[in-house]
Amino acid sequence: MTVNWELVWSSLGPILMGAVTGTIPVALASFGLGLVLALLVALMRLSRNVVLSSIARVYISVIRGTPLLVQLFVIFYGLPSVGITISPWPSAIIAFSLNVGGYAAEVIRAAILSVPKGQWEAGHTIGMSRRQALVRIILPQAARVSVPPLSNTFISLIKDTSLASLILVTELFRQAQQVAAFSQEFMLLYLEAAVIYWVICLVLAGGQSALEKRLDRYVAH
Amino acid sequence: MSPTESARPDDGALLAVRGLRKAFGQQEVLKSIDLTVRRGEVVTLIGPSGSGKTTVLRSLNGLEIPDAGVVEFAGGLSVDFSAPVSKKQLAAVRDRSAMVFQHYNLFPHKTTLENVIEGPVQVQKKPKAQAVQEARELLARVGLADKENSYPFELSGGQQQRVGIVRALALRPQLLLFDEPTSALDPELVGDVLTVIKELADEGWTMVVVTHELAFAREVADEVIFMEGGVVVERGHPDTVLRDPREERTRQFVNRLLNPF
Repeated sequence: MTVNWELVWSSLGPILMGAVTGTIPVALASFGLGLVLALLVALMRLSRNVVLSSIARVYISVIRGTPLLVQLFVIFYGLPSVGITISPWPSAIIAFSLNVGGYAAEVIRAAILSVPKGQWEAGHTIGMSRRQALVRIILPQAARVSVPPLSNTFISLIKDTSLASLILVTELFRQAQQVAAFSQEFMLLYLEAAVIYWVICLVLAGGQSALEKRLDRYVAH
Repeated sequence: MSPTESARPDDGALLAVRGLRKAFGQQEVLKSIDLTVRRGEVVTLIGPSGSGKTTVLRSLNGLEIPDAGVVEFAGGLSVDFSAPVSKKQLAAVRDRSAMVFQHYNLFPHKTTLENVIEGPVQVQKKPKAQAVQEARELLARVGLADKENSYPFELSGGQQQRVGIVRALALRPQLLLFDEPTSALDPELVGDVLTVIKELADEGWTMVVVTHELAFAREVADEVIFMEGGVVVERGHPDTVLRDPREERTRQFVNRLLNPF
């Protein structure tokens, strides 16, 4: 088998364009929104209010218990039948954010619980309210613990965005598919796509290491 | 509260506690505790573990909410825990005192200086420059002037506890609460911390100290309270309670601490 290097080269442009204008912005937006949602859900889940914690529990259960592809299709292909039509990009970002929100909520909840109770008490003894203690004392420590698992979530998300190709979002994988269909070089184009996903994830893993190092500055080694 | 109540804080009394009760589930840890602390006085609570002494301390700082009892501070603050207590009341009680914890509970993600100024700046809204200056003075007094940029993990246990004390002092509370401040320390580091506490007592700080250090109690305390099973068994001057107690239980406890073998 000979490799058609010319095709590799000429397809690189559209595929990278798909990554830069599709995959990466969708992933970043979804991760950002998803984290905000996750923090909210984690706090609801930890709340002593039974209604709030039950809502959070059900939400997490539904998100984790159903396939992401199904969630995506319900939003993009299902909602129009009840009169709600959302275009591809927002559909993808909504679906991925909701998904990250469910998974990351459990990570954040566990991280908050991992901070010793004495830290809350120390916050209270210097006069802090629960909210102040949470924001200034607990969350910064929880953040350190949650970097590795949240990095996992982010890296999974990068790859999951390829599902958006099925609701017509022009992203990395959809671009590769189109060149593949046109050139009939399926092996080449899909491997090329795989390599580019991998490189993106390598960069993210590097970012994770740097962040961990920074947040570890106050821990004994 | 009627102002004629006998335990009302007056005549130099800073704090009066009456009928403090607390149960954890079926376990009654405090069965009606009374306590009066005068300004400038050092009260030490001693007793076996599970006697409720730490719970008394934590109740004074709002870290436990008693089931019943009245906590009154000079200046007209009176909270009756028999009824539901508002957040505002709890905060008012908490503001009067500051706790030094057995395990220090410093904020690990903040430097020494940041630990100390956190309360003054974030809670009391002091100007940062002023809080930093006051923190530096306090740190210098406990021999930690050169550690202001260290993180807690870089400090010894004794140093961490001195930071814990300075963090409490920086709030300028009316009452300092010490919960077994030397129990987690290596023996050779205990002296440094006790010396700092003794100096604070000599300066006139009002404090309640839960401790197993009887020598410290004898030298520093104005009153020693021996608790067991959620009740006060005996209270009085340290020379009486620690040297010549009236109660047999006190005698046994003191003897066991003085002669462990």
